[in-house]
Parts: sequence; C-alpha cells; structure tokens
Amino acid sequence: MTRYFSQEHEWIEIEGDLGTVGITDYAQGQLGDITFVDLPEAGATFGKGDSVAVVDSVKAASDVYTPVSGTIAEANGALTDEPELVNTQAETGGWLFRVTLSDASELEALMDESAYKQYVESL
Amino acid sequence: MNAVNASGWRPQMGEAGEGAGFKTASGDYGLMLEEALSFELGSSEKCGVDLDKPSRPAAAGLSKFLRKSAPALPGLTEPETVRHYTRLSRQNYAIDLGPFPLGSCTMKHNPRLNEKMARLPGFADVHPLQPQKTVEGALEVIEQLADWLITLTGMASVAMSPKAGAHGELCGLLCIRAALDARGEKRDVVLVPESAHGTNPATAAFAGFKVQSIPATPEGRVDVEALKAKLGPNVAGVMITNPNTCGLFEPEMKAIGDAVHAAGGYVYCDGANFNAIVGKVRPGDLGVDAMHINLHKTFSTPHGGGGPGAGPVVLSEALAPFAPLPFVSRGEDGRVHLVEEENAGEGHAQAFGRMVAFHGQMGMFTRALTYILSHGADGLRQVAEDAVLNANYVLRSCEDLLPAPFAKSGPCMHEALFSDAGLAEGFSTLDIAKGLIDEGFHPMTVYFPLVVKGAMLVEPTETESKAGLDRFIGSLRSLAQRAKDGDQSLHSAPHFAPRRRLDETLAARKPVLVWQGTPGEPGTPSLSEIGGS
Amino acid sequence: MRYLPLTPADRAEMLGVIGADTVDDLFVDVPAEARLSGPIEGLPAHASEMAVERHMSALAAKNLSAGTAPFFIGAGAYRHHVPASVDHLIQRGEFLTAYTPYQPEIAQGTLQVLFEFQTQVARLFGTDIANASMYDGSTACWEAILMASRITRKDRAVLSSGLHPHYAEVVRTMAKFTEDDIVSLRAQLVPQADDAAVIAAIDDKTSCVVVQYPDVMGRIPDLAAIADAAHAKGALLIAVVTEPVALGMIEAPGALGADIVVGEGQSIGVGLQFGGPYLGLFGCREKFVRQMPGRLCGQTVDAEGKRGFVLTLSTREQHIRREKATSNICTNSGLCALAFSIHLTLLGGEGLAQLAAVNHDKAQAMIERLAKVPGVKVLNDAYFNEATLVLPRDAREVVRELADRKVLGGVSLGRLFPEESDLHNGLLVTATETVTDEDIETFARELEGVLA
Repeated sequence: MTRYFSQEHEWIEIEGDLGTVGITDYAQGQLGDITFVDLPEAGATFGKGDSVAVVDSVKAASDVYTPVSGTIAEANGALTDEPELVNTQAETGGWLFRVTLSDASELEALMDESAYKQYVESL
Repeated sequence: MNAVNASGWRPQMGEAGEGAGFKTASGDYGLMLEEALSFELGSSEKCGVDLDKPSRPAAAGLSKFLRKSAPALPGLTEPETVRHYTRLSRQNYAIDLGPFPLGSCTMKHNPRLNEKMARLPGFADVHPLQPQKTVEGALEVIEQLADWLITLTGMASVAMSPKAGAHGELCGLLCIRAALDARGEKRDVVLVPESAHGTNPATAAFAGFKVQSIPATPEGRVDVEALKAKLGPNVAGVMITNPNTCGLFEPEMKAIGDAVHAAGGYVYCDGANFNAIVGKVRPGDLGVDAMHINLHKTFSTPHGGGGPGAGPVVLSEALAPFAPLPFVSRGEDGRVHLVEEENAGEGHAQAFGRMVAFHGQMGMFTRALTYILSHGADGLRQVAEDAVLNANYVLRSCEDLLPAPFAKSGPCMHEALFSDAGLAEGFSTLDIAKGLIDEGFHPMTVYFPLVVKGAMLVEPTETESKAGLDRFIGSLRSLAQRAKDGDQSLHSAPHFAPRRRLDETLAARKPVLVWQGTPGEPGTPSLSEIGGS
Repeated sequence: MRYLPLTPADRAEMLGVIGADTVDDLFVDVPAEARLSGPIEGLPAHASEMAVERHMSALAAKNLSAGTAPFFIGAGAYRHHVPASVDHLIQRGEFLTAYTPYQPEIAQGTLQVLFEFQTQVARLFGTDIANASMYDGSTACWEAILMASRITRKDRAVLSSGLHPHYAEVVRTMAKFTEDDIVSLRAQLVPQADDAAVIAAIDDKTSCVVVQYPDVMGRIPDLAAIADAAHAKGALLIAVVTEPVALGMIEAPGALGADIVVGEGQSIGVGLQFGGPYLGLFGCREKFVRQMPGRLCGQTVDAEGKRGFVLTLSTREQHIRREKATSNICTNSGLCALAFSIHLTLLGGEGLAQLAAVNHDKAQAMIERLAKVPGVKVLNDAYFNEATLVLPRDAREVVRELADRKVLGGVSLGRLFPEESDLHNGLLVTATETVTDEDIETFARELEGVLA
C-alpha cells in the first residue's frame, strides 16, 4: 500500500487499481468543523482534477478534486450520519470515496508524505 | 452589572442573577424574559379569533377531498398571543434601539409616516386584479415613484416588479440576455470584481452566464487594466458595485463603461450603495445600462427582520425595450405610463416576460414614495452628504487604533472599512463584533469584503446624530484597545445578550428545522427547562 | 429636515475632525463632470409630514378599496379579515426595524418566530420541513421546479392547466433563460381539473408536475392519483397552494403524496396591498433539505446550554456558494412571515378549520344565488371558496360594467388567459368570510342588470 498527496490537500492510498481518497489532516484543520459531506455516486466517472465531492463547514463549502482519473467504486456512507469523522479521523476513518484508477501513471505527479509535509510548511 | 446602559439595550439579567448568587424559580430575571415556543404554550381548544359558525355542511362535491382532522396547530387567545410576540420582540436588537451599522445594508431610521400611508385602505385594501379604473391612484403611486427613480438616476425607464435586490439583479441580467438575443449574439461571460456582493456571481450564473473574476487593486478599486484585458466578443457585460463594497467610489466608472460598450457589452451596476450618492451623482451619467435600487436601503422601507425588500431596476435606452412586465416608462408626452400585457403590443413587444405574479412590492412603493416626498430633491442630496460625512467621521476617529487599509488613498463614501491587523495574538474581528453587542450596539458587517483580512465594514447612515456616533466611536475604540491588550473576556462575549454564542456546528450537522412535539401533550418541557441550563 | 439629526454646527465640527474644508471634498473620487452642483431641477423640495399625508391620501382616495364595495375577487390573492393585534405586533420596532438575523445572540425574537413559522407551514402543508419564506407564490413555484431538476437530474416540467397563468408565465419566462423544457397544458372550461391530461403528459424525462390545489378555476385536482403517476416515472409532484385557508378543510398536499409544496401565504395575515409584498411558502420532504432554496432557521444551544435558534445550512446560499448557490434569493419576506405566523397562532388548527368552513359556507351561498341569475351556469363539480361561472358573453366587459355599478364582481378568465378565446365567457368568483348576505344579493341583482 502506498500513500500519495496532492497540492489541493487530498490524500490517496493505493491498493491494486483501487485508490481511497480523503482530505488531509492539515486541510480539515483549515476548514474547521465539518457539518456535511456531499459524496459522489458509485459508478460515476471523473477525470483527474474534477470536483467530485463537497465538504461543508458552517461558513464554507469546499470542493474536493479527485487526484486521479477513474470510476467511483464506493463512497464512505458513514459520513452521512457522522461528518465529524472528517475532523477526527481525516486520514483514516474519515475517507471520502474509493476510485478505480484508469491511469496509474497519474500518481507520478503526486507527492509522497515527506514532500507533502514540506509543502505544507512552505504555505 | 445590572444598569441599563444608555442605548436602552438591557443587560443579561441571568448573569446579574447568577452574579448575585441565586437563580429565579421562573427562569426569568426581571425584564430579561424567556419565552417558550407557541407550540409549547398553545392548545387546540384555544382560539384568538371569534368566528361565525357555518350554517350548512360542506357541499357534496367537496366530500371526497375533506381532511380527516384539523391541522395540528395550537391556538392562543389574543392576550396570550400579544404577550408571546411582545416578549419575543424584546430578544431582538433593532434600529429603534440604537445604531445598526451593518456595512452595505443601510440600516437607517424608518419614518412611521411611511407605515401610516401604506396602511391607507386605498392602498392596503386593494386587489391587484381589480379593474384598472378602480385603482387609478395605485397606478399613479407606481408612476410617481418611477418618475423619481428615473430622474434621480438619469436613466430611461424602470422595471418596477422585482421583489428584492437580488431579484432586481436577475432582472437586469435577463434584460442584457434579451438584448443580446435580439442582436443575434451569443455572449456568455459576465465579468464580476472580486469585491462584489455574493449575489452578483450567483445571479449571473442563475441567468445562464459564466462568471469571470476581476481582481482589485491595492487601493481597493477594480483593476481597470485587468478588466479591459478580459473584454471581447464573448463578454456580455460587467457587474460593478459603485460605490463599491470597500466603501469607495470607482473613479474610472465612466472609462470602464466606455470600454465595455466599445466591446459590445453592457454595464450592470449593483445599486445597493446608492445611498452614498443619491442626489449627488446620476448613474446614467456614468454609462450604466441597468441598476437595481434597494428601496429598503436607500429609501428606508423597513427591513422587517429579513424582508420584504423591493428592487426596481432602472434601465438605459438600450435595455428599456426588454424590461419585463409590468413596467413603467416615460412617453412622448413627457409623462410616465404603466405598461402591462394588455397594452404591451403598442411599443413594448420585446419584453422578456414576467418575473412575479402581480405588480411588485406595492406596499414598499407607497412607503418609498412617502419617504422621497418627505425629503424632496434637496433632502435626498443632504441624505447622501450626511451619510458620507458620518462614515468619514467614524473612519478618522478610529484609524489610529484600527487599521483602515484604504484610508490613505482619500475619503471613503458611506461606509468605513477597517481590518483586524495589529490585535493581540488570537484576537480577531469576531471578538470586536461580539464585544459591540455587550456595549449595546449591533455589530458592523464582518469578514466582508473578502479582499481585506478580518474586514469590519461600518455604515452609520445619515440618521445617526453626532452624539450617537461619539458613543459608538468610544465603544469601538475601547474594544480595539482591549483586543490589543489581550483582554480574554472578549473571547466569551457577548455576556449581556439574551443568548451567549450559539453552536452553529450542531445546528448544521443535525438540522432541527421544525418543532417535533405534539401540541398540548404531556412531556412538553416546562419554561424553566427551556430557559435554564 | 425632520429625519436628519446633524446640525450645521455638528457638520462643521465633524469636517474639522476629518480634515476636510467642505463636504464636497469627501466626493473627490467622483469625476467633476458627473457631480451635480445642486438639487436636481424639476423635482420638488422637502415637505412636511402634513403635506405628504395630504398628497398620499388624495392618491389613495382615487382607488375603490375592497372594504367599500361588495367584493368577490380572488384568483391568487384573497381578502380575509386580519385581527387588529396582528398589525399592532408587526409594528413593534424590534421586529419592524431589525435586519436579517446574522447576529443570533441579539436576534432570537426573529429567529424563534421563523422556527415557529417553519413548523406552522410544514404542518399546514403536510410536509416534513419548510423554509423561512420566499418572495411570493409565483417565485416559490419556479424555485421548486429548479429544485426538482437538481434532485431528479431531469429538466422537463409539466404545468397543469389549472396553474395560475401568472405563475405559469413566470415559470416560462425564467425557463427561457435556463433552457428548461416546460410543457404547458391548455386550459378548458370543463367541470373538473385536468388530472388525466397531467398524468398523460408525464414521461421518463419529466422532472416534475406542477399542480395547483385548488386550481385557478376553483376546481380540486386528485393529487394522490397524480403523485402515484409521477412517482412511477421518477418525477416529483409539486403542489401549489394559492389559498392556504383551503387547507383548513381539504387534505394537506403532503399527506396526498406531494414531494414539494409551495404556496402564497398572503391570505393569512398579510392583506391585499395591490399585489405585494406577499409571502412565498415552501415545504418539502426532509431528504431534500440540502437542495432547498431560501433561508432556514434551525434549533441549537448556546454556550450555557440554553435552547436558541440560528440561520443554518447557509452553505446552500448565494453569499457562500456564489455561482454554485441553489438560488440567488437573498432577502425573504420576514415581516410577512411574522404576520402569517401571528394570524395562524391566533386561529390555531381548529380555528383555521372553522374559518375554512365559513368560507365554504359563504361560497355555497354565493354560488346558489348566482346560479339563479338568468344565463349564468356554474362550471365546477367541486369548489372551496371560489368557483367559475360561465356567462352568456365575454366576462371582461361584464366585470367592467359591474365596477361601474360599484361591485367588484370577480376576475374574468379573459384577463387571466387573454390568448384563450374559448375561456372568455368564464368568470371566477370568490367569497370569503368578509362577504355578507347583502353583498351577495347586491352582486346577483347587479349581475342580472348587466346581463339583461
């Protein structure tokens, strides 16, 4: 299993051709208390960089962009009742959706954990 | 802690009570009154209206449609009703209690003559579908108000029907769409400055346009060069707020208009801030094609806790033919006339349609006309001058303590913009705003416009006296100093309001939008349970 | 100038603090050529309260107000008696002169009223939830169609022929710009609502059907049958109620399967006011809450654990979503919602039911008497407080001639449907609790005179 990070503060963990996507702990800290997550439907197909989910806090609505192209395999239904999981477990139980990758080479443009750490520090 | 301060806003008696070391049995503290929901107070046996008894049963044809039981709505008798709403009213701040300096909202005094005139039976008790000859006076009110709006703005005509400012914006943009359609052109981009009201991009998208953003200059104005660079055959027009949301006049307005017109586009002006220039400047002289006028701002129809508003849209010659019905324009005889479906064929066949069921906000028209006639041309000019004078007085009286990012470039218009830079670590605009509540004032607009960090936008309006402003300035300066000194008590403000800070996250995560109980059933919480912690 | 507190001395002192010589120095950013040098010519100067009152009263006196003539007009705006306490309470300065409740700690009065209002509307409509109001019934109707498109991801709306033609015109106007597909059914002078035609028009592309209840001719559609047909094709039923008093007597649309219920709340507490300001009502199923337009008030607690109310779910709205907002609506009809809520609190559910029964009683008395006028036929099989008469000639002329005789005798279908000549002999007549037996007799006699 390998984990990658995007400049838009998404993480993606790869297992075979399936990627699990969420927002980073840094991102949830910036957004504040998450009140609602609008999730994509399984089967929907998106290109890299498309807005596929929306994360709402009290005063803001933030688009979540998929870091890779592919088809949505599953959304995290637990967030419907407990959106706060994105705050408390951003990089584990607060994952947003799983995507079947259509082009694994897109991962090469993403950061690894240490590069992302440096990137966040530079902000 | 329990003195009523000079603005008349009462302190939180709960605090005073607890400070005195006891809790009351009722949950009320003197004049600080808690109030249950009408659903918890009422019952199905009670009614505050004495109704006749029907003399016959329902007609046979209706029998299959009848409901099985009455709606589950509790009633209250008249004394209980009056008390319920009067007690609730006391949990509100209002202009009648003190300054309400919400930037870009223009909370000015609402003259009660306006209310009296709107309630004359000849206006209040007239049906919109009465034969026209029985409502000639009502039509004259619309025409007289339209005449004033056209003359004050230097425009060609006015669409009277939009129900509020945002509805007026939509009307203006749909006129632009219709005009482009008539020219056979497909232009699908509207340029909107970063500092625009949130309604502007929402409206443009609603009208089917794509929105492109224009940056602001370091002086808080539209970047004219950036705007010109975006003009082209796909640009339908630009939406500009002038005076803008930083409280500044756009000095290049005419040049912007000329450039947009040369590129084949139209200029929409958000007239939310017309109060700063009414009687001093006519937008028609600056190349504007369409502008909505919030009658509830500039012309003092009451805000009513969030509406009703009214947003007539004045239009240039170029857009006038496309105005929706009903619509008012100046005829060749020099008089203004109401155009509806029945007479639209004669010269107004290009109307883009209809935006509301009837004539628009007639009750607001009578109030606005009353206000305008009271002020006259000279008084309205004085309104703008005093509004601008009051804002500049606040600006110059506070800028040594609260940074005013655009103040160096010159005077402001009707609102003064401050930022929260320079406060102690961990202190921000929110602390100042909530601190103002404890001081007995309504906070200013906060965190808007977005182009300034921790923005505080203060619009005193012309109806504040100098003494009132001095008191407000004194409080604002005191709060700025406390926030610089790191006074922790600001973080938990307000302390003296009917409620402390409310949990907005809880409200949004688990929305409770309607009362869930059954009226009159046991298990309804008692008053002290509702009020007490 | 009675509304301007600054004295000349104040102004001079303030200019000194600012460091400006004259007030015109504060307008330096306005290009000199655009600055007016004095009051605009040709406009009158300021006037005393007495002078303005005289002017406005003279204009008001030119109108024939509803209370001064036998009055039988409805068609989307209804004359009901509004208790005196309603108007007194909405003029409390704390309600009248407050802004949208953006600072909830000092706006609990307005917020609790909105929460009570939302509960009242939801219970009246039989929906799970309701919002804090819209501009009016016609704009609420269009917003409901947009919402149905967002939910179903389809964009073909079927409008019943019984939908108020002004509402249909608003919908068609807006749809021209959004490019939604609107199917408008054609109105006919028949005794029953067009349920069968509505059901036949539903197909797999249909996002919603829009059905007025009771319809614009006073007929009552079978909402349950239409809801079943719509749901079978994945479409939503939007019910439109222009006379909410009817819901004191006939079943709530939500209970009959309507997914979204919108309406005009003017009838309860607001008054006629020549067409505005009115009050858009909007209720729907709870699962659609994130797709709802307009402001919502929600319950929460404060830092001490006390119950309180806030505006909530605002990420749907224009000031946050900007071009992705569910609607561009900003201001709603707060004060009208307050009037509606007070009036409904005075009535209660049982009172509303009784008021509705009195309305229906008066309407029966009116219809029975008018049916005896030679040449007049009653169209409706069923009606609540308004019904359609078929006259022997164009009803537009008849209405004007009745007005000459100081009777406000209904709304001609020719005025509502100018394009549909088949309908022009139709006259929509309405009776509320404000109508007396003498009014009915006068109406009938004058109608006999006009038709003779």
